[in-house]
Amino acid sequence: MAINWFKYSAPSTFYGLAGKLIPWFALPAAVLFVIGLYIGFFIAPTDAVQGEAYRIIFIHVPASILSMFLYLIMAGYAALGLIFNTRLSSMMASAIAPTGALFAFISLWTGALWGKPMWGAWWVWDARLTSELILLFLYFGFISLHASIDDPRRADRAAALLAVVGSVNVPIIYFSVKWWNTLHQGSTIKFTGTSMHVAMQQAMFITLVACWLYAIAVALTRVRSIILERERHTKWVADLAEVKA
Amino acid sequence: MTARQKRLMYIIAGLVGLSMAVGLVLYALKSNVSLYFTPTQVFNKEAPQGRSFRIGGLVEAGSVVRDQGGLSVRFRITDTQKSLTVVYKGILPDLFKEGKGVVAQGKMEADGMMHADEVLAKHDENYMPPEAADAIKRAEAAKAAASGVPVAK
Repeated sequence: MAINWFKYSAPSTFYGLAGKLIPWFALPAAVLFVIGLYIGFFIAPTDAVQGEAYRIIFIHVPASILSMFLYLIMAGYAALGLIFNTRLSSMMASAIAPTGALFAFISLWTGALWGKPMWGAWWVWDARLTSELILLFLYFGFISLHASIDDPRRADRAAALLAVVGSVNVPIIYFSVKWWNTLHQGSTIKFTGTSMHVAMQQAMFITLVACWLYAIAVALTRVRSIILERERHTKWVADLAEVKA
Repeated sequence: MTARQKRLMYIIAGLVGLSMAVGLVLYALKSNVSLYFTPTQVFNKEAPQGRSFRIGGLVEAGSVVRDQGGLSVRFRITDTQKSLTVVYKGILPDLFKEGKGVVAQGKMEADGMMHADEVLAKHDENYMPPEAADAIKRAEAAKAAASGVPVAK
Protein backbone atom coordinates (compact mmCIF):
# COMPACT_ATOMS: atom_id res chain seq x y z
CA MET A 1 0.00 0.00 0.00
CA ALA A 2 1.44 3.34 -0.97
CA ILE A 3 0.98 6.14 1.51
CA ASN A 4 0.70 9.63 0.13
CA TRP A 5 3.10 11.35 2.50
CA PHE A 6 2.46 14.77 1.05
CA LYS A 7 -1.16 14.47 2.00
CA TYR A 8 -0.14 14.32 5.67
CA SER A 9 2.28 17.23 5.40
CA ALA A 10 -0.74 19.52 5.30
CA PRO A 11 -1.68 20.69 8.82
CA SER A 12 -5.39 20.10 8.13
CA THR A 13 -4.95 16.36 7.44
CA PHE A 14 -2.18 15.84 9.99
CA TYR A 15 -4.39 17.28 12.72
CA GLY A 16 -6.77 14.33 12.46
CA LEU A 17 -4.01 11.74 12.00
CA ALA A 18 -2.14 13.01 15.09
CA GLY A 19 -5.34 12.81 17.12
CA LYS A 20 -5.76 9.14 16.14
CA LEU A 21 -2.10 8.31 16.84
CA ILE A 22 -1.78 9.85 20.31
CA PRO A 23 -3.43 7.02 22.34
CA TRP A 24 -1.22 4.45 20.57
CA PHE A 25 1.84 6.18 22.03
CA ALA A 26 0.44 7.47 25.33
CA LEU A 27 -0.93 4.17 26.66
CA PRO A 28 2.16 2.01 25.95
CA ALA A 29 4.29 4.81 27.42
CA ALA A 30 2.39 4.66 30.71
CA VAL A 31 2.49 0.85 30.84
CA LEU A 32 6.20 0.66 30.00
CA PHE A 33 7.05 3.32 32.60
CA VAL A 34 5.43 1.20 35.28
CA ILE A 35 7.11 -2.03 34.09
CA GLY A 36 10.51 -0.38 33.60
CA LEU A 37 10.50 1.35 36.97
CA TYR A 38 9.25 -1.82 38.68
CA ILE A 39 12.14 -3.85 37.25
CA GLY A 40 14.50 -0.98 38.00
CA PHE A 41 13.52 -0.55 41.63
CA PHE A 42 12.53 -4.06 42.73
CA ILE A 43 14.23 -6.61 40.45
CA ALA A 44 17.52 -5.07 39.33
CA PRO A 45 20.30 -5.85 41.84
CA THR A 46 22.14 -3.31 43.98
CA ASP A 47 25.31 -1.94 42.43
CA ALA A 48 28.58 -3.15 43.95
CA VAL A 49 30.09 0.31 44.27
CA GLN A 50 27.27 2.85 44.35
CA GLY A 51 24.71 0.89 46.35
CA GLU A 52 21.11 1.94 45.74
CA ALA A 53 21.95 5.41 44.46
CA TYR A 54 22.79 4.03 41.02
CA ARG A 55 19.04 3.56 40.39
CA ILE A 56 19.01 7.16 39.22
CA ILE A 57 20.11 5.81 35.82
CA PHE A 58 16.62 4.52 35.07
CA ILE A 59 15.53 8.13 34.78
CA HIS A 60 18.77 10.02 34.23
CA VAL A 61 20.06 8.05 31.23
CA PRO A 62 16.81 7.98 29.20
CA ALA A 63 16.29 11.69 29.93
CA SER A 64 19.80 12.53 28.72
CA ILE A 65 19.48 10.41 25.58
CA LEU A 66 16.09 11.94 24.78
CA SER A 67 17.30 15.49 25.39
CA MET A 68 20.00 15.02 22.75
CA PHE A 69 17.93 13.04 20.22
CA LEU A 70 14.97 15.39 20.50
CA TYR A 71 17.27 18.31 19.78
CA LEU A 72 18.50 16.64 16.60
CA ILE A 73 14.92 15.82 15.54
CA MET A 74 13.82 19.37 16.34
CA ALA A 75 16.74 20.79 14.34
CA GLY A 76 15.89 18.37 11.51
CA TYR A 77 12.29 19.57 11.38
CA ALA A 78 13.47 23.16 11.62
CA ALA A 79 15.84 22.61 8.68
CA LEU A 80 13.03 20.99 6.65
CA GLY A 81 10.90 24.05 7.38
CA LEU A 82 13.71 26.35 6.23
CA ILE A 83 14.44 24.42 3.05
CA PHE A 84 10.98 23.37 1.88
CA ASN A 85 8.97 26.14 3.51
CA THR A 86 6.57 23.57 4.93
CA ARG A 87 4.44 24.89 7.74
CA LEU A 88 3.96 21.57 9.47
CA SER A 89 7.68 20.86 9.99
CA SER A 90 8.17 24.22 11.68
CA MET A 91 5.17 23.48 13.88
CA MET A 92 6.67 20.09 14.78
CA ALA A 93 9.94 21.78 15.74
CA SER A 94 8.06 24.14 18.07
CA ALA A 95 6.08 21.21 19.47
CA ILE A 96 9.20 19.20 20.35
CA ALA A 97 11.17 22.02 22.00
CA PRO A 98 9.44 22.11 25.43
CA THR A 99 9.68 18.32 25.82
CA GLY A 100 13.36 18.42 24.92
CA ALA A 101 13.95 21.18 27.43
CA LEU A 102 12.09 19.17 30.07
CA PHE A 103 14.31 16.13 29.48
CA ALA A 104 17.47 18.24 29.53
CA PHE A 105 16.36 19.70 32.85
CA ILE A 106 15.53 16.27 34.31
CA SER A 107 18.92 15.01 33.20
CA LEU A 108 20.76 17.88 34.92
CA TRP A 109 18.58 17.77 38.01
CA THR A 110 18.78 14.01 38.65
CA GLY A 111 22.49 14.16 37.87
CA ALA A 112 22.98 16.79 40.55
CA LEU A 113 21.02 14.74 43.09
CA TRP A 114 23.25 11.74 42.33
CA GLY A 115 26.44 13.79 42.16
CA LYS A 116 26.26 15.10 45.71
CA PRO A 117 26.46 11.72 47.49
CA MET A 118 28.60 9.98 44.85
CA TRP A 119 31.11 12.54 43.63
CA GLY A 120 30.83 14.88 46.60
CA ALA A 121 29.56 17.85 44.56
CA TRP A 122 26.20 18.97 43.17
CA TRP A 123 27.79 20.53 40.16
CA VAL A 124 31.18 20.49 38.48
CA TRP A 125 32.11 22.54 35.44
CA ASP A 126 33.30 19.57 33.46
CA ALA A 127 32.78 19.28 29.71
CA ARG A 128 29.82 16.84 29.86
CA LEU A 129 27.82 18.82 32.41
CA THR A 130 28.57 22.19 30.84
CA SER A 131 27.64 21.11 27.32
CA GLU A 132 24.37 19.59 28.57
CA LEU A 133 23.61 22.89 30.34
CA ILE A 134 24.26 24.68 27.04
CA LEU A 135 21.77 22.30 25.42
CA LEU A 136 19.12 23.36 27.94
CA PHE A 137 19.89 27.02 27.17
CA LEU A 138 19.61 26.30 23.44
CA TYR A 139 16.13 24.90 24.00
CA PHE A 140 15.23 28.00 26.05
CA GLY A 141 16.72 30.19 23.33
CA PHE A 142 14.69 28.44 20.63
CA ILE A 143 11.45 28.76 22.59
CA SER A 144 11.94 32.39 23.58
CA LEU A 145 13.20 33.49 20.16
CA HIS A 146 10.13 31.93 18.59
CA ALA A 147 7.88 33.61 21.13
CA SER A 148 9.48 37.03 20.70
CA ILE A 149 8.59 37.40 16.99
CA ASP A 150 4.94 38.12 16.26
CA ASP A 151 4.74 36.87 12.68
CA PRO A 152 4.74 33.04 13.05
CA ARG A 153 6.46 32.37 9.69
CA ARG A 154 9.29 34.80 10.48
CA ALA A 155 9.51 33.34 13.98
CA ASP A 156 9.79 29.85 12.42
CA ARG A 157 12.70 30.90 10.24
CA ALA A 158 14.65 32.74 12.94
CA ALA A 159 14.21 29.97 15.51
CA ALA A 160 15.02 27.30 12.90
CA LEU A 161 18.35 28.94 12.20
CA LEU A 162 19.18 28.89 15.91
CA ALA A 163 18.16 25.21 16.16
CA VAL A 164 20.28 24.18 13.18
CA VAL A 165 23.33 26.10 14.41
CA GLY A 166 22.94 24.69 17.92
CA SER A 167 22.92 21.10 16.67
CA VAL A 168 26.73 21.32 16.61
CA ASN A 169 26.52 21.03 20.40
CA VAL A 170 24.99 17.53 20.40
CA PRO A 171 28.06 15.57 19.24
CA ILE A 172 30.12 17.64 21.67
CA ILE A 173 27.93 16.41 24.55
CA TYR A 174 28.16 12.82 23.39
CA PHE A 175 31.91 12.72 22.84
CA SER A 176 32.87 15.07 25.70
CA VAL A 177 33.68 12.17 28.03
CA LYS A 178 35.97 10.73 25.38
CA TRP A 179 37.75 13.85 24.20
CA TRP A 180 38.54 15.41 27.54
CA ASN A 181 39.17 14.47 31.16
CA THR A 182 35.78 14.78 32.79
CA LEU A 183 34.39 13.87 36.19
CA HIS A 184 31.39 12.33 34.46
CA GLN A 185 32.05 8.68 33.68
CA GLY A 186 32.38 7.35 30.16
CA SER A 187 29.52 5.82 28.17
CA THR A 188 28.22 2.57 29.60
CA ILE A 189 26.28 1.74 26.45
CA LYS A 190 28.74 1.68 23.59
CA PHE A 191 28.52 0.51 20.02
CA THR A 192 30.88 -2.30 21.00
CA GLY A 193 28.80 -3.58 23.92
CA THR A 194 27.62 -2.73 27.38
CA SER A 195 29.36 -2.93 30.74
CA MET A 196 26.24 -3.46 32.77
CA HIS A 197 24.27 -6.21 34.45
CA VAL A 198 21.38 -7.66 32.36
CA ALA A 199 18.42 -6.73 34.63
CA MET A 200 19.77 -3.17 34.93
CA GLN A 201 20.06 -3.02 31.14
CA GLN A 202 16.51 -4.25 30.61
CA ALA A 203 15.01 -1.76 33.05
CA MET A 204 16.93 1.07 31.45
CA PHE A 205 15.94 -0.02 27.96
CA ILE A 206 12.25 -0.22 28.90
CA THR A 207 12.21 3.22 30.54
CA LEU A 208 14.06 4.56 27.49
CA VAL A 209 11.34 3.24 25.15
CA ALA A 210 8.69 4.63 27.52
CA CYS A 211 10.35 8.06 27.38
CA TRP A 212 10.39 7.91 23.58
CA LEU A 213 6.69 7.04 23.41
CA TYR A 214 5.86 9.74 25.95
CA ALA A 215 7.84 12.32 23.97
CA ILE A 216 6.05 11.39 20.73
CA ALA A 217 2.60 11.48 22.37
CA VAL A 218 3.27 14.86 23.98
CA ALA A 219 4.75 16.33 20.80
CA LEU A 220 1.70 15.21 18.79
CA THR A 221 -0.66 16.65 21.39
CA ARG A 222 1.21 19.92 21.35
CA VAL A 223 1.39 20.12 17.57
CA ARG A 224 -2.41 19.75 17.43
CA SER A 225 -2.78 22.81 19.64
CA ILE A 226 -0.27 24.72 17.55
CA ILE A 227 -2.13 23.79 14.34
CA LEU A 228 -5.43 24.94 15.80
CA GLU A 229 -3.92 28.19 17.02
CA ARG A 230 -2.19 29.03 13.77
CA GLU A 231 -5.01 27.96 11.46
CA ARG A 232 -7.81 29.40 13.58
CA HIS A 233 -8.99 31.66 10.76
CA THR A 234 -9.40 28.84 8.26
CA LYS A 235 -12.63 27.18 7.29
CA TRP A 236 -11.55 23.60 8.15
CA VAL A 237 -10.87 24.59 11.75
CA ALA A 238 -14.24 26.30 12.02
CA ASP A 239 -15.85 23.12 10.65
CA LEU A 240 -14.23 20.84 13.28
CA ALA A 241 -16.74 19.14 15.56
CA GLU A 242 -14.74 20.03 18.71
CA VAL A 243 -14.49 23.70 17.65
CA LYS A 244 -18.20 23.98 16.89
CA ALA A 245 -19.06 22.48 20.26
CA MET B 1 19.57 25.48 -9.11
CA THR B 2 16.18 26.02 -7.57
CA ALA B 3 15.68 28.29 -4.59
CA ARG B 4 15.04 25.20 -2.47
CA GLN B 5 18.34 23.56 -3.41
CA LYS B 6 20.11 26.86 -2.79
CA ARG B 7 18.70 27.06 0.73
CA LEU B 8 19.78 23.46 1.37
CA MET B 9 23.30 24.28 0.16
CA TYR B 10 23.47 27.38 2.37
CA ILE B 11 22.44 25.39 5.42
CA ILE B 12 24.87 22.53 4.74
CA ALA B 13 27.73 24.92 4.00
CA GLY B 14 26.92 26.93 7.11
CA LEU B 15 26.84 23.84 9.30
CA VAL B 16 30.12 22.49 7.90
CA GLY B 17 31.82 25.84 8.40
CA LEU B 18 30.45 26.23 11.89
CA SER B 19 31.44 22.69 12.91
CA MET B 20 34.95 23.32 11.69
CA ALA B 21 35.16 26.59 13.60
CA VAL B 22 33.84 25.01 16.80
CA GLY B 23 36.16 22.03 16.30
CA LEU B 24 39.20 24.29 15.98
CA VAL B 25 38.20 26.35 19.02
CA LEU B 26 37.74 23.22 21.12
CA TYR B 27 41.02 21.80 19.86
CA ALA B 28 42.81 25.00 20.81
CA LEU B 29 41.19 24.94 24.25
CA LYS B 30 41.87 21.23 24.77
CA SER B 31 43.86 21.64 27.98
CA ASN B 32 41.42 24.21 29.38
CA VAL B 33 38.33 22.12 28.70
CA SER B 34 39.71 19.12 30.57
CA LEU B 35 38.62 19.07 34.18
CA TYR B 36 41.90 17.87 35.63
CA PHE B 37 45.58 17.21 35.04
CA THR B 38 47.15 13.78 35.40
CA PRO B 39 50.14 13.26 37.75
CA THR B 40 52.40 12.80 34.69
CA GLN B 41 51.33 16.20 33.38
CA VAL B 42 52.13 17.72 36.79
CA PHE B 43 55.60 16.19 36.73
CA ASN B 44 56.13 17.51 33.20
CA LYS B 45 55.22 20.98 34.52
CA GLU B 46 52.16 21.21 32.26
CA ALA B 47 49.96 22.05 35.25
CA PRO B 48 49.68 25.67 36.42
CA GLN B 49 52.32 26.71 38.95
CA GLY B 50 51.47 28.59 42.12
CA ARG B 51 47.72 28.50 41.74
CA SER B 52 44.89 26.10 42.37
CA PHE B 53 44.15 23.34 39.84
CA ARG B 54 42.63 19.87 39.75
CA ILE B 55 44.50 16.61 39.58
CA GLY B 56 42.86 13.33 38.69
CA GLY B 57 43.75 9.66 38.70
CA LEU B 58 43.39 6.59 40.83
CA VAL B 59 43.87 6.42 44.59
CA GLU B 60 47.04 4.35 44.95
CA ALA B 61 46.30 1.08 46.74
CA GLY B 62 47.54 1.08 50.34
CA SER B 63 48.43 4.77 50.32
CA VAL B 64 45.50 6.17 52.33
CA VAL B 65 46.58 7.33 55.79
CA ARG B 66 43.95 8.81 58.07
CA ASP B 67 44.87 11.13 60.91
CA GLN B 68 44.01 9.61 64.28
CA GLY B 69 41.09 11.53 65.80
CA GLY B 70 40.97 14.11 63.01
CA LEU B 71 39.51 14.59 59.57
CA SER B 72 42.87 14.88 57.85
CA VAL B 73 43.70 12.26 55.29
CA ARG B 74 46.72 11.72 53.11
CA PHE B 75 46.80 9.60 49.97
CA ARG B 76 48.62 9.25 46.69
CA ILE B 77 47.01 9.85 43.30
CA THR B 78 48.49 7.79 40.50
CA ASP B 79 48.01 7.45 36.75
CA THR B 80 50.06 4.20 36.94
CA GLN B 81 53.11 6.13 35.60
CA LYS B 82 53.68 8.79 38.25
CA SER B 83 52.08 9.43 41.59
CA LEU B 84 51.64 12.43 43.81
CA THR B 85 50.74 12.90 47.47
CA VAL B 86 47.57 14.76 48.37
CA VAL B 87 46.75 16.11 51.83
CA TYR B 88 43.09 16.83 52.54
CA LYS B 89 41.09 17.84 55.54
CA GLY B 90 37.38 17.16 55.27
CA ILE B 91 34.76 14.55 54.55
CA LEU B 92 35.49 12.23 51.66
CA PRO B 93 32.69 11.27 49.23
CA ASP B 94 31.08 7.81 49.47
CA LEU B 95 32.80 6.47 46.38
CA PHE B 96 36.29 7.38 47.59
CA LYS B 97 38.20 4.10 47.67
CA GLU B 98 41.69 2.75 47.10
CA GLY B 99 42.17 1.80 43.47
CA LYS B 100 39.22 3.95 42.34
CA GLY B 101 39.08 7.23 40.43
CA VAL B 102 39.45 10.53 42.26
CA VAL B 103 39.77 14.23 41.41
CA ALA B 104 41.34 16.62 43.93
CA GLN B 105 41.49 20.39 43.72
CA GLY B 106 44.21 22.34 45.46
CA LYS B 107 47.62 23.93 45.24
CA MET B 108 51.06 22.35 45.05
CA GLU B 109 53.02 23.50 48.08
CA ALA B 110 56.77 23.72 48.66
CA ASP B 111 56.71 20.31 50.37
CA GLY B 112 55.88 18.74 47.00
CA MET B 113 52.42 17.72 48.13
CA MET B 114 49.06 18.96 46.93
CA HIS B 115 47.07 20.60 49.71
CA ALA B 116 43.53 19.93 48.51
CA ASP B 117 40.45 21.86 49.51
CA GLU B 118 38.08 19.61 47.54
CA VAL B 119 38.16 15.89 46.81
CA LEU B 120 35.66 14.38 44.35
CA ALA B 121 35.20 10.69 43.59
CA LYS B 122 35.06 9.64 39.95
CA HIS B 123 32.88 6.70 39.07
CA ASP B 124 33.63 4.34 36.19
CA GLU B 125 31.11 3.16 33.60
CA ASN B 126 30.68 -0.34 35.04
CA TYR B 127 27.50 -1.36 36.81
CA MET B 128 27.29 -4.77 38.45
CA PRO B 129 25.80 -6.46 41.49
CA PRO B 130 28.14 -7.15 44.47
CA GLU B 131 28.28 -10.89 43.70
CA ALA B 132 29.62 -10.23 40.21
CA ALA B 133 32.18 -7.78 41.58
CA ASP B 134 33.33 -10.43 44.09
CA ALA B 135 33.63 -13.03 41.34
CA ILE B 136 35.82 -10.71 39.28
CA LYS B 137 38.02 -10.00 42.30
CA ARG B 138 38.41 -13.73 43.01
CA ALA B 139 39.28 -14.41 39.38
CA GLU B 140 41.89 -11.65 39.41
CA ALA B 141 43.37 -12.93 42.66
CA ALA B 142 43.56 -16.45 41.24
CA LYS B 143 45.27 -15.15 38.11
CA ALA B 144 47.70 -13.10 40.18
CA ALA B 145 48.48 -16.06 42.42
CA ALA B 146 49.21 -18.14 39.32
CA SER B 147 51.60 -15.54 37.88
CA GLY B 148 53.14 -14.65 41.25
CA VAL B 149 52.38 -10.91 41.13
CA PRO B 150 50.48 -9.42 44.09
CA VAL B 151 47.19 -7.78 43.14
CA ALA B 152 45.75 -4.53 44.41
CA LYS B 153 42.85 -4.91 46.79
